Amino acid sequence: MSDQEYIPKSKAAKWFNDRLPLLTLGAHLTDYPTPKNLNYWWTFGGILTFCLITQIVTGIVLAMHYVAHADLAFGSVEHIMRNVNYGWLIRYIHSNGASMFFLAVYIHIFRSLFYGSYKSPREIIWILGLMIYLLMMAAAFLGYVLPWGQMSFWGATVITNLFSAIPLVGESITTWLWGAYSVDNPTLNRFFSLHYLFPFLILGLVVLHIWALHIPGNNNPVGIDIKKPSKDTVPFHPYITIKDAFALLVFMIIFAGFVFFTPNVLGHSDNYIPANPLVTPAHIVPEWYLLPFYAILRSVPDKLGGVILMFSAIFILFVLPWLDTSKVRSAVFRPLYRQFFWILVIDVLMLGYVGAMPAEGVYLVLARVGTIYYFLHFIVILPVVGLLEKTDPIPMSISEPVMTGGAEPSLARKLNEKV
Amino acid sequence: MKKFNISLNKIIILLFLTIKPLHSAEMTDPIKVDWSFKGLTGTFDRASLQRGFQVYKEVCSSCHSMQYLSYRNLGESGGPEFTEAEVKAIAASFEVTDGPDSQGEMFTRPGRPSDMFVSPHPNKEAAAAANGGAYPPDMSVLVKARKGGANYIYSVLVGYEDPPPGVTLDQGVYYNKYMIGNKIKMPNNLEDGLIEYADGTVSTVDQMAKDVTTFLAWAAEPELEERHRTGVKVIIYLVLLTTLVYLSMKKIWSRVDTEV
Repeated sequence: MSDQEYIPKSKAAKWFNDRLPLLTLGAHLTDYPTPKNLNYWWTFGGILTFCLITQIVTGIVLAMHYVAHADLAFGSVEHIMRNVNYGWLIRYIHSNGASMFFLAVYIHIFRSLFYGSYKSPREIIWILGLMIYLLMMAAAFLGYVLPWGQMSFWGATVITNLFSAIPLVGESITTWLWGAYSVDNPTLNRFFSLHYLFPFLILGLVVLHIWALHIPGNNNPVGIDIKKPSKDTVPFHPYITIKDAFALLVFMIIFAGFVFFTPNVLGHSDNYIPANPLVTPAHIVPEWYLLPFYAILRSVPDKLGGVILMFSAIFILFVLPWLDTSKVRSAVFRPLYRQFFWILVIDVLMLGYVGAMPAEGVYLVLARVGTIYYFLHFIVILPVVGLLEKTDPIPMSISEPVMTGGAEPSLARKLNEKV
Repeated sequence: MKKFNISLNKIIILLFLTIKPLHSAEMTDPIKVDWSFKGLTGTFDRASLQRGFQVYKEVCSSCHSMQYLSYRNLGESGGPEFTEAEVKAIAASFEVTDGPDSQGEMFTRPGRPSDMFVSPHPNKEAAAAANGGAYPPDMSVLVKARKGGANYIYSVLVGYEDPPPGVTLDQGVYYNKYMIGNKIKMPNNLEDGLIEYADGTVSTVDQMAKDVTTFLAWAAEPELEERHRTGVKVIIYLVLLTTLVYLSMKKIWSRVDTEV
């Protein structure tokens, strides 16, 4: 990094900092040179950190009152809702918080796709991010099982049964996961244990994610490498902290809207029916944030094929930095890729939509078309477009595009000197 | 970049369109009722809650349990708000099994406000056996457990009809146009004048259905009024804070030549 050596002022602070350089870390985080042209799509990293902390804090309180037992879990959730002080608030923040977390992470991921943030030298940041995303999906799924409602039970049954598609050892693996011969009390117990563990693993990965980010520094909407610190950067504090705070507050208003005024709209009403192994719900659907993958899973008539395809849909993202052949990062200067980016967004949204519909008729056709296109985008379109595309001219520095529109070069210099 | 910015709204709208609920073909959409508890500042109609409890107690409770409610809830703010004396009297009108005593025997005693609602049957199996094999669902969270919520519950209560020609029903099965599949095992238990309301309201089927649905909506979401009140305060606070932070941000960023 380009930070100057930080020297604490007081003797005591220096003594401490020589032994554990926490103050140096603090100074680094404060001064961290950040591109000044980051737009609001870049505020979702901070928003996601907020989401994770919120889930952990509310989750710890919920765990104090929740009982992980097949006969008692549903009632203990009602106990939280009715008898625990502000239990309803804590639980609704936690359950809606999961949805808000995914909303933010999807925006964060698509921002990366648009501006090419996954490309060299940020591949490790991207891969760590995907690992976080995978753990988030696992944690969300495990958490959804805990209230032990109908959708909890049958969702758990469908997802764990996926593993039975593995040849030869599938059945044994499924039994091992369950801890029983069906989804039952031992399953609930281990799901609770893992649901408590995963957020802390995510937290660890987030630290690595940010660490890896601070090596090359942030990408930016123009997608070019910049000198740091320079007139193209601002110190993280106060510029980025205040901007992140503003974006976070707007996000919190939407979040609060869900929590206080329509707390169950993102859930499924069947999950307020206690789990019943003898009654299968008419439609078993996962939470909205898993629907695109559910659509891919169901688009294949063969169970094993569906499972492989679904996992491939996620794992293909791990090699994305090497599938994209374009040297230009930002889609702002990639007229062709930009079109395909939006088609991909629409494709994923469509997959999400058909994932909520019964797997039949036109929905099945749409799911198949959507699935094929999804893979086509990464395997064919990305590498080919990168080779064929004629990109727009790229500015030399961040300050340059700001000045286009015929400003006098001398004026541009003057403005830049102000920084 | 502009183009990408404008699309934020589009993405969010599309995202939430993907959660469009499932539709079943053999079911009429529930009647839309203008409930007092709807909307951002909705509250329960206190008198309707008290009448609704009376309907529950005199009609529903002979088959349906409400195991997650306590008698004390009936006196809490945001609910039917019976007086303390009324709550004690309601609780005392039920026989509660307690124990074991010092001899190891179970015994019964009059209910106390701290007791949970007494269930009509000792367990699910007994409840099903007493009702032609169909378990009458616990009604504590029933409004939240049905798509369509209060509108759906109300619609089913008033939706009994003679089956259309060509539809034959088994013994103990009734036709209801709002029920999924149109077949329901609960008979139509409401008829005009069935109940003598304590407050003198005329007990039409529609009135009783509305009252008991209001009561069930409260039972499922006893925190609703507090939630709405707190929500309004929280949003106002956040909007004010957001404005202040926005102005601070503008001030801070005025030092650099980049728009924020």
